Amino acid sequence: MNLDIQVSDYENKSVAEVSGEVDVYTAAKLKETITPLAEQEDKRLIIDLSGVDYIDSTGLGIFIGALKASEKAGTSLTLTGLNARVKRLFEITGLHEVIDIDQAKREEA
Amino acid sequence: MQVSMYRLYKDMLTSYLRDKSETALYHAQQFSKQMMEQDMSPEETVSLHLSVFQELAEDLPEEVTDSFDLLLEVMIGYGLAYREHQSLRDRQQELESELNVAAQMQRTLLPDKQVDTEEIDFGVISVPAGKMSGDYYHYDEDSVGNFAVAVADVIGKGVPAAMSMSMIKYAMDTLTDKQTEPAGVLESLNRVVERNIDEDMFITMMYGVYYPESHQFHFASAGHEPGFFYRSAADTFESLEAKGLVLGVSPKVRYEERGFRLDPGDFVVFLSDGVTESRVDGEFIERDTVVSMIKERLHLSAQEIVNELFEELEKAQEFQLRDDFTLMILRRKF
Repeated sequence: MNLDIQVSDYENKSVAEVSGEVDVYTAAKLKETITPLAEQEDKRLIIDLSGVDYIDSTGLGIFIGALKASEKAGTSLTLTGLNARVKRLFEITGLHEVIDIDQAKREEA
Repeated sequence: MQVSMYRLYKDMLTSYLRDKSETALYHAQQFSKQMMEQDMSPEETVSLHLSVFQELAEDLPEEVTDSFDLLLEVMIGYGLAYREHQSLRDRQQELESELNVAAQMQRTLLPDKQVDTEEIDFGVISVPAGKMSGDYYHYDEDSVGNFAVAVADVIGKGVPAAMSMSMIKYAMDTLTDKQTEPAGVLESLNRVVERNIDEDMFITMMYGVYYPESHQFHFASAGHEPGFFYRSAADTFESLEAKGLVLGVSPKVRYEERGFRLDPGDFVVFLSDGVTESRVDGEFIERDTVVSMIKERLHLSAQEIVNELFEELEKAQEFQLRDDFTLMILRRKF
């Protein structure tokens, strides 16, 4: 159960590429990396989930925390690259209505 | 106490030195149990051995006596670690009994009265993965016979989830008889949860009401794992889905309410994701698996169906639940 996060910094955005499983065991690590990025006032945050196979409910909570942090900072949070299973989780929970999900990068999976 | 241990040890050692019998060795084993019961440390035992030995064998060579000083020193470190282990064990037992009390309290938050109406066949099972549960269920008949059911799931498990679970229970208790429309109930609960929950926590919930007079069933969902609706006449299962955000994310949320008629033999299934996320041989079971397991048991009562499904899925996971498991069935009898 590994989780890998690669962060790239640009002038007006940060991109975090996440791969592995986001679950109760790895959620703390994700939170540690993502929260400070979401709190940056002048940069929007894009989280690329192309390498993520599975997210459990604790993992979902981290994205909600990041959403709230980015709203507070007056920026935005976008998720990309969701596979079918992960996308369905966001749909069931209604979170796709409040979090910006960009499906352009990965429709097929 | 020390005197009697001295006596005992001396008799034992004398007997052993005299005839090297098995019996003496057996006594030694009994003695070590007694030592532990009396909290005698390892270094005390070594020192006891030396005193007894000195009394029995006069003129011990100086090297032998001296060597015991070294052994004593070694045993002191061992004794410290042993005592630390003892106190941790005591502490653990304390925590465990506290947790048992909390788990017992938590069980009292759940309804347990028998459902005994002519028209409804009802069954529910809820089993936590650990001692405390993050799942909550509710059923209640109001003064005019409308029957409300709900299943909620707090993210995470264990103690933090269990504490949030009690919040749902108390918030539900403040609802009046008039506030029983599913969408309205979820809107009220969402306001309470949003104010009282951590940034990265949330609760999912499905709430439904059966109105016996019109035979209508209405429900709404706050991001909860979809249930099922079984139509007896067509012998088909449909997914029970309604739009709505999980509780605790945004203060003002509207919930979609859906409704349909329950004909005789029709039933609805509410569940938590501990059911659909059962992993068998490392693979998640599909929702279809749950459906076909229910289908094989249509002739049973609602309570028998949920019990048997739990038993089968628990067995398939080698009796190690990964998540709290809640399954509920409400069937119109005739």
